[in-house]
Amino acid sequence: MSVASHPPTRELADERKWVGKSIRRLEDPKFLRGRGNYIDDLRVEGMVHAALVRSPHAHAKIVSVNVEEARRLPGVIAVITGAEALELADPLPDFGPAPDKHTWRLLAAEKVRYVGEAVAAVVATSRYVAEDATDLVEVEYEQLPAVVDPEEALKPGAPLIHEPLESNIAYERVFTFGDVDRDFAEADLVVADRLRWNRSGGQPLETVGAVASFDHGTGMMSIHTNSLSFTSYLFMLANTLKVADNRLDVVPHPAGGSFGSKLWAVKVGAIAGMLSKATGRPVKYVEDRIDNMSNCDHHGSDRIYDVELAVTKEGLMKSIRIKTIDDYGAYMQFGVGHHGNALAQVTGPYRIASVQYDLKAVVTNKCQQGAYRGFGSEVNNWMLERMVDLAARRLDMDPAEIRRKNFIAPDQFPYFIPTGNVYDSGDYEQVLDKALGLADYEHWRTEQERLRQEGRYLGIGMATCQERSVFSATEFWFWFDEPAAPVTSMPESVTVRVGPTGDITATLYSCAFWGNSPETMVAQLIGEEFDVEPHSVSVIYAGSRNGLPATGPGGSRLTVMLAGAVEGASARIKDKARLVAEHMLEASAEDLEWVDGGIQVKGSPGSRLSLAEIAIQTHLFKHQLPDEIESGLEASKVYDHPYTTMPSDDRKNLGVFYPIMGHACHIPIVEVDPETGHVQVIKYIAVHDCGTLVNPRSLSGHITGGTVQGIGTALFEQYIYDEEGNFVTQSYMDYLIPTAMEAPEFVIGHVETPSPWTVHGIKGGGEGGRMMAPAAIASAVEDALSPLGVRVSELPARPERIVALIEGRS
Amino acid sequence: MNVPIEITVNGALHREEVEPRMLLVDFLRERLNLASVHIGCEHGVCGTCTVQMDGKCIRSCITFALQADGAEVTTAEALAEGAQLHPLQDAFWEKQALQCGYCTPGMLMVCEELLRDNPRPTAEEVRERISSNLCRCTGYQFIIEAVMHAAEQHGEGPAAQIAEVTR
Repeated sequence: MSVASHPPTRELADERKWVGKSIRRLEDPKFLRGRGNYIDDLRVEGMVHAALVRSPHAHAKIVSVNVEEARRLPGVIAVITGAEALELADPLPDFGPAPDKHTWRLLAAEKVRYVGEAVAAVVATSRYVAEDATDLVEVEYEQLPAVVDPEEALKPGAPLIHEPLESNIAYERVFTFGDVDRDFAEADLVVADRLRWNRSGGQPLETVGAVASFDHGTGMMSIHTNSLSFTSYLFMLANTLKVADNRLDVVPHPAGGSFGSKLWAVKVGAIAGMLSKATGRPVKYVEDRIDNMSNCDHHGSDRIYDVELAVTKEGLMKSIRIKTIDDYGAYMQFGVGHHGNALAQVTGPYRIASVQYDLKAVVTNKCQQGAYRGFGSEVNNWMLERMVDLAARRLDMDPAEIRRKNFIAPDQFPYFIPTGNVYDSGDYEQVLDKALGLADYEHWRTEQERLRQEGRYLGIGMATCQERSVFSATEFWFWFDEPAAPVTSMPESVTVRVGPTGDITATLYSCAFWGNSPETMVAQLIGEEFDVEPHSVSVIYAGSRNGLPATGPGGSRLTVMLAGAVEGASARIKDKARLVAEHMLEASAEDLEWVDGGIQVKGSPGSRLSLAEIAIQTHLFKHQLPDEIESGLEASKVYDHPYTTMPSDDRKNLGVFYPIMGHACHIPIVEVDPETGHVQVIKYIAVHDCGTLVNPRSLSGHITGGTVQGIGTALFEQYIYDEEGNFVTQSYMDYLIPTAMEAPEFVIGHVETPSPWTVHGIKGGGEGGRMMAPAAIASAVEDALSPLGVRVSELPARPERIVALIEGRS
Repeated sequence: MNVPIEITVNGALHREEVEPRMLLVDFLRERLNLASVHIGCEHGVCGTCTVQMDGKCIRSCITFALQADGAEVTTAEALAEGAQLHPLQDAFWEKQALQCGYCTPGMLMVCEELLRDNPRPTAEEVRERISSNLCRCTGYQFIIEAVMHAAEQHGEGPAAQIAEVTR
């Protein structure tokens, strides 16, 4: 297969004024004042409220739904059953394999497939009344056997989740990249393990919500929501709601956290939209916490791995065979893109020459899997690092040394991994050395020895992992031979407007905000372009109807893509400004230069126009300018994915789809109490290389926040279903999110290896510490308990699991 | 079946009639339009609904409005004075102690009470006190730094640049 040549290497500025500074965020003042304008803060004239009737059963036929009593309750406006919803709305957009074989609807009509799936919706004058009425809806179910263990779901005779699928396998295929058999034959040692990653989720403190208004007079459907992304794909949501694509407007509101869970979270908006159409009233539907935990779009990965890693006696990793069963729950909205994510960096920072990847995606009676910070690649990181630690132990090598020995060297970039994806740049040893230095690694090894004499179990963990950034959507379809598609551009757009006084406004077109810093990023980038103070830039968010193509945050792409769009729009404004200046300064274009926020004649700073002087001229006095110059000073740029290539027809090479590669080394110091299984994270060292930093403190916040989420994944958080499929973690009493007492004291370090292919050399970093922390914490716990021969093969390593491991039970 | 209540919220007296089952969080949000009081877990765990009742932090999602009858309730709206942020708000801004901002008002109310009780806390004391409230974004470190920073600035007034930037 031919590999398209990579983009030209960009030149980097010697100095920057704003990119690289930890300025205060533009977003913050409104949030500090409690005026965030979150979706639940929105009130619309005539607005009514919705609540859902949820299934108490994991798997059951819906025999009948009696809504008469609910409809009679004063204040109830409508009760819509699943059967009625079949008429009102078409199935939800589904990117999964064979969507017609696992049809996903707003409300279940014939049968329910997990506890929490909605079977009816109530609209009432208040949320209180709506919830009262849900209690009055009588649903008769005929229970069916449920299956929640993905391996049980594979067995013949297992209950079928979707009959048209004729099994519970939604997707299966074995991919081979490189000469796996040869590389295994040449290895001295094969380490093997079975690993289990249980399901957790983003659990932002704000749930998903929407206020929808349908106007029967105009056919316009407007949906205000805290989820907006993939704007070029919104025609699919329009189809679901049976409205014309040009009459759907999705208006973004700030999100109180997402962590993936508000990525294309269209179900809530679609339910509100359907109910608005049915009632003719604006309808607010905001998930309550139980809705969000049991019936959301986005539970995280739920995988079983059987892995073999082939190494030489010197510790060189040759090849890896990965067999994974992924429990997707009842629906497949996001397909198996999670594994595309994994394949983008499947071999980590190491020179592993070949890979076998055997995937079975299984459906069970659980809530569906979607996105959680890492989108499945964080699980691969954990799996790979668990295997590296195992190899180090077998070979009696220091965990740092086996990693160092296998790192791709700085002069080997751009580096194509066996799957065909490329890593743009990196310096992994520098990151490792910085982390070891900040950790005072030798000190802690000495301390570990000393404490062991006292019967205490100190552990030093290590993870050296990739953070792929800037995805191309081929990862959603290269799974299939047919239908294939061309490479997708996944654009992001910005409009920059210089007003008559020179003040700058930037318009963004994807998700408003979900805890990241799009306004600050854009303002710093515009500050860099025009030499203006970033806080003077005003940032607004457009709805989809008048919007340019946009994809939104996800896969750590947004800052890189916004930087490309800002650069492009700014260049267009500067080009026009130069034309104006040519005329006003009576100079030719080649004699003009952009200096300190204005245009001047080269070598004669006295002959100069500020941006404001040019702006007022273009806005008010166009007739003084040549005919070809129109009024105004505004430009947009739709920035497309910088580098993506087609997979080979035989899928032995998946092409380039995630080329901007970050890296990090995490070293946590933990103490484990062998009696109680309690793990205390004493100190946490994290060094990240996300290329050129825009706002170092903002990135550090992603590192600390993502790491504490990763600690939750590693030690506490799990969505638990019992054997009958009952969902037993329906509140924060049971689903344990780390508090400040479980969070460590951090030491953060940054290394900056610029990307050769992005503006300023920026790489994505939004998924932050969660890409590495589960691997690092598992490694630390195992290191602490190594005198007891404990191997950590399953997360979360809750106290009872740790005690069981120590006692030799698993 | 509605009952009359009298609540002073952020210094203003409100006489209202409420259903006995109405939660304080819904009363503050729906009746008084105080959007800083957020709904998170609805079980009294996460603390994003935290307000102060007679100077002490409570969870408004597990408190009935009726229980606040006769009380003085303070929400995060009361912290800033016009353009001027409260020193804690300013410290949160300076240290990037927020990302999505959803836990922030509740966290600010907790930290305000903490600094009233203990104007110069240690980092460990701050860590322990804020463990009543969940933050899903920050990993807490910058919140602790912000509170320590505010404590150090105590008495010196909010930083001068705020007024300029927020204009």
